[in-house]
Amino acid sequence: MLRKVTVGLALLLLLAAVGFYLLTIPQRLDATAIAAPGSGVAARGERIFWAGGCASCHAAAGAKGADRLWLGGRVLETPFGAFQAPNISPDKAQGIGGWSLGDFANAMQRGVDPDGQHLYPAFPYTSYIKMTKGDVADLHAYLLTLPPVATASPETQLAFPLNIRRGIGLWKLFYRGDDRPVVTAKPGESAAVAAGRYLVEGPGHCAQCHTARGLNGLGGLDTTAWLAGAPNPEGKGRVPNITPHASGIADWSAKDIAEYLKTGFTPDFDSVGGAMVEVQENMARLSDDDRAAIAAYLKAIPAVPTATLGETDK
Amino acid sequence: MANARFLMAGAIVVALAAPVLAQNLGVIKQRQTIMEGNGKAAKALVGYAKGETPYDAAAVAGLFAEMSSGAAKFGTLFPADSKTGGKTEASPAIWDKKGDWADAVAKFQADTKAAAAAKPATVEAFRAEFGKVMGNCKSCHESFRVKLQ
Ligand code: HEC
Ligand code: HEC
Ligand code: HEC
Repeated sequence: MLRKVTVGLALLLLLAAVGFYLLTIPQRLDATAIAAPGSGVAARGERIFWAGGCASCHAAAGAKGADRLWLGGRVLETPFGAFQAPNISPDKAQGIGGWSLGDFANAMQRGVDPDGQHLYPAFPYTSYIKMTKGDVADLHAYLLTLPPVATASPETQLAFPLNIRRGIGLWKLFYRGDDRPVVTAKPGESAAVAAGRYLVEGPGHCAQCHTARGLNGLGGLDTTAWLAGAPNPEGKGRVPNITPHASGIADWSAKDIAEYLKTGFTPDFDSVGGAMVEVQENMARLSDDDRAAIAAYLKAIPAVPTATLGETDK
Repeated sequence: MANARFLMAGAIVVALAAPVLAQNLGVIKQRQTIMEGNGKAAKALVGYAKGETPYDAAAVAGLFAEMSSGAAKFGTLFPADSKTGGKTEASPAIWDKKGDWADAVAKFQADTKAAAAAKPATVEAFRAEFGKVMGNCKSCHESFRVKLQ
């Protein structure tokens, strides 16, 4: 009897291990989802670089002006531990100078590195998954024109169980997302709203801060309260609701939103602050048309009352 | 067991009540009023900088002087009993990173004081001072102000 139980248990464990292994195999992009090598244009990629906010995480903390192009990496403090945003400069040894376009696209849109390791979703690939392959190629071409930095990136050290990268594969099964729009197009929608959807939901990754997550912040974005605000991961306060609801920014015109993204001043001349400062400075690098598109999209999305999901209420 | 739970609940009530007793709502209101004044001044100054309002040297000097006197008081309005309450959006960093906070306050004082003393006569001279003063808003809010909603 005891023997039977032991064998049964061993079999169960084996099944669980095989299941975990199979479920967490890193999934890569289809070859057709990657642009032709050499097709990227660096000059176009600069726009995607600013829209994507790469410098906010990969340049040194507090870097200003031209220093924001030195992408030697930095440490990002979060409630789940300190993440190392690695060196993504074109240095061949320490950066991504030796990566192919396919390697880069798989990191950006599948969260898988060239060694087949899962990357932590602190790298917002769940938004970048919505980017076009052409934009990914242009961005890659642009990154290769930036100054190489020869600093090594230490490995991120998190507490158990978050330190098991293979486990990210399970998380991805539920939360990786896909390239479908979150806010679907209404008939007769303007070209500006469509362009804004792409910038906000894709490279701009605005929802990563402005939308609450399930599972106490470990889960996926709550798309039913899209952009309706979230607890501030740094502690006190909230990341504001930016939907056209009375508890959001209903009283801002599209022009007000575009102006805020350009200058950092709200309609009543309050000044941008917190983590939004970096984002605003990136947005200031885009064209007036791009900022107007983002504003048009934010006016067109569903008005949702300020979200309280996953709230620890301070 | 029920008793222990009750005691726990009691402790929580005390913990919640303690900061309430200590709130210094007066200074919180004063510093918010100074900041609202900065917002109003910024609005008027942006009008001159963009050329939407015809340049008025006397009005501009007045606005800079107002900002300067506000800045001189602002740093004194953050006693330890004003960390919470009154919908304050002051970041805990003000009390945790005292050196950086003192630097940010001192820079705002120096830049507004210099702008007020400069009394720029032309819109070009004004724009240079304006740029220096307005840079303070964003850099201080980045580290020391958190939105509540
Ligand atoms: C919110 C912060 C954040 C932003 C914004 C961000 N990244 Fe990252 N990125 C990270 C983190 C953290 C990692 C490391 C993840 C890990 O260790 O699993 C990373 C990893 C990477 C990697 C894999 C590097 C390696 O050596 O494995 C690449 C490539 C990359 N990022 C490129 C970019 C680009 C390009 C952008 C802009 C479009 C960008 N990142 C924006 C945080 C960010
Ligand atoms: C890294 C986190 C982060 C990201 C990414 C982010 N935001 Fe924000 N956003 C914030 C925070 C924090 C604030 C509050 C700013 C403050 O304290 O003044 C904010 C404020 C705003 C506001 C002003 C709301 C108000 O009521 O004052 C708008 C509009 C806005 N963000 C739009 C965007 C857009 C559009 C994007 C994407 C392009 C974006 N944000 C991406 C963190 C973020
Ligand atoms: C030295 C730091 C500092 C500087 C410089 C600064 N602010 Fe502030 N500001 C704060 C803090 C802290 C608060 C939150 C105060 C509170 O709620 O207790 C705030 C709040 C505000 C508010 C909201 C006031 C309210 O409660 O209604 C406005 C508007 C504002 N600031 C505008 C500005 C403008 C415009 C400038 C530049 C001319 C500026 N600030 C410069 C620290 C600063």
